[in-house]
Amino acid sequence: MLKKKELSINMGPQHPATHGVLRLVLDLDGETVVKCTPHVGYLHRGTEKLGENRTYPMALPLTDRLDYVSSMSNNIGYCLAVERLLGIEAPPRAKYIRTIMAELTRIANHIVWIATHALDIGAMTVFLYGMRDREWILDLYEMVCGARLTVTYPRIGGVRCDVDNEFMDSCYKFAEDFPKRVLEYETLIDQNRIWLQRTVGIGVISAKEAVNWGLTGPTLRGSGVAYDVRRAVPYDAYDQVEFDIPVGKNCDVYDRYRCRMEEFRQSVRIIKQCLDKMPEGLVLSPDAPAYDMPLGKPRVMPGHPMGEILPGEEEEPKKEPFDELYSAVEVPKGELGFYFVNDGTAKPYRMHIRAPSFVHASVLPKLSEGSLVADVIANIGTIDIVLGECDR
Amino acid sequence: MTPVQISELLKSKFQSDVLYTVEFGGQVSVTVNKANILVIMKFLKASPELDFDYLVDLCGADYMGRKNDRFEVVYNLRSISHNHCIRIKAVVPENDCKIASVVGIWAGADWHERECFDMFGISFAGHPDLRRILMPEDWEGHPLRKDYPLKSDLGEAEWKGYKEVVETAERNKQYEVR
Repeated sequence: MLKKKELSINMGPQHPATHGVLRLVLDLDGETVVKCTPHVGYLHRGTEKLGENRTYPMALPLTDRLDYVSSMSNNIGYCLAVERLLGIEAPPRAKYIRTIMAELTRIANHIVWIATHALDIGAMTVFLYGMRDREWILDLYEMVCGARLTVTYPRIGGVRCDVDNEFMDSCYKFAEDFPKRVLEYETLIDQNRIWLQRTVGIGVISAKEAVNWGLTGPTLRGSGVAYDVRRAVPYDAYDQVEFDIPVGKNCDVYDRYRCRMEEFRQSVRIIKQCLDKMPEGLVLSPDAPAYDMPLGKPRVMPGHPMGEILPGEEEEPKKEPFDELYSAVEVPKGELGFYFVNDGTAKPYRMHIRAPSFVHASVLPKLSEGSLVADVIANIGTIDIVLGECDR
Repeated sequence: MTPVQISELLKSKFQSDVLYTVEFGGQVSVTVNKANILVIMKFLKASPELDFDYLVDLCGADYMGRKNDRFEVVYNLRSISHNHCIRIKAVVPENDCKIASVVGIWAGADWHERECFDMFGISFAGHPDLRRILMPEDWEGHPLRKDYPLKSDLGEAEWKGYKEVVETAERNKQYEVR
């Protein structure tokens, strides 16, 4: 007599298709996944604890390291949260620059996503095309701040330095050129038979369930819920530009892919409008805090964004209730939120990061259980996680 | 509804449970007793004019200076259909460090509650799988508590297993390519 037994296998933490150090324990019955248990935390660096022991401007570079594929958006989310907390308003020009940067980041992130997702499923060429096009965006980053990956370009109260005409020209050329590249990706995979078989009807999650699980971003919009933080709580220049929110209707991997492809076009549209409407003026608010930031007497950084670094005086925390604020932005992966409790000193009393990847990784068992092993790969791709952000 | 209206509604509905409300930056936090947290949460989700279908975020907070109510569990809620939001905070004393789990109401609370347990040691009654999530299983202590040191409390002393690592490194030097 043959005995039937479930097979338990480890996928990851070192596995090319897990997009980082995600470990899944899969209990298999033949080819079918009976149980999927994700294990995260391999990249935990204690960002929240570190943030609580630094002044607000000093904790900014930590946010680059959350989602290293779209560091610019993380910086913007952090700066915006601190601005709302301390009552600083960024100048209009800075808002437009940040909107352009956020959308460039969205394109760069979705390129990395489509490249790796297609590679996982078996389409090699998209990866090479994608990496070619991402290079242009990284060059644009380099033009404004000298860094390509961990940029720390936005500042609390604006951005670090102004953009020049060379950047604007190159950025406009990119916006003109990029829709053609999107067509190239679509030619490769949109109607590809293997692609369709691997994605249509896979990883289905209904709209109600997706909201209940707390999914955000294209992962949620693929299920037909038009929730976008840029529309729900507009920030920066998003209330002054026109854009559509693409939604899917079949709630599967393919519809989420379609959503992201449409977002490419919407991002290009936003970038063009921002470049056209770009106002003149300051790029850093005069109220922007210096690094050591004694909040009692805010020191103005005259001209130079780096300011002087002098030892700050420790301020006495004020009496409760403390100021608290939750502020969210739409990063390429979903809703990135920062929850701050401010006790009146220069350091946050509590800093919590609501990372979209963390929530999306938790839904993996829901998507994968009952499907085939090969579909787990498609599911990991479609929720678009980066473990640096998931583990914080 | 504006956050203030929602907090007024909660106050009138759950008079004995709502402790106080704080408004800042257009957002309102309603601090409540932990005893009836499930009833309040179910009301927030089920009533059609509130319809809080989306649990944005759940986290803990440690207020060490307070006497009886050291911890807080913070729920950020949003309604996608009505586009309004509210923050509920439940106070959890140190000597009775547990609260009812809301996984049954919002499935997305699962990992948030595990993280809160991992970081603050607050246990969630009724959670299906309450384990550490970010720290290793055998970790001691809860890192985001305010009395948890930022740096190792060993100071200059060597950590457990340090000697073995150094010895292995010394031994392996003979295999180095010169």
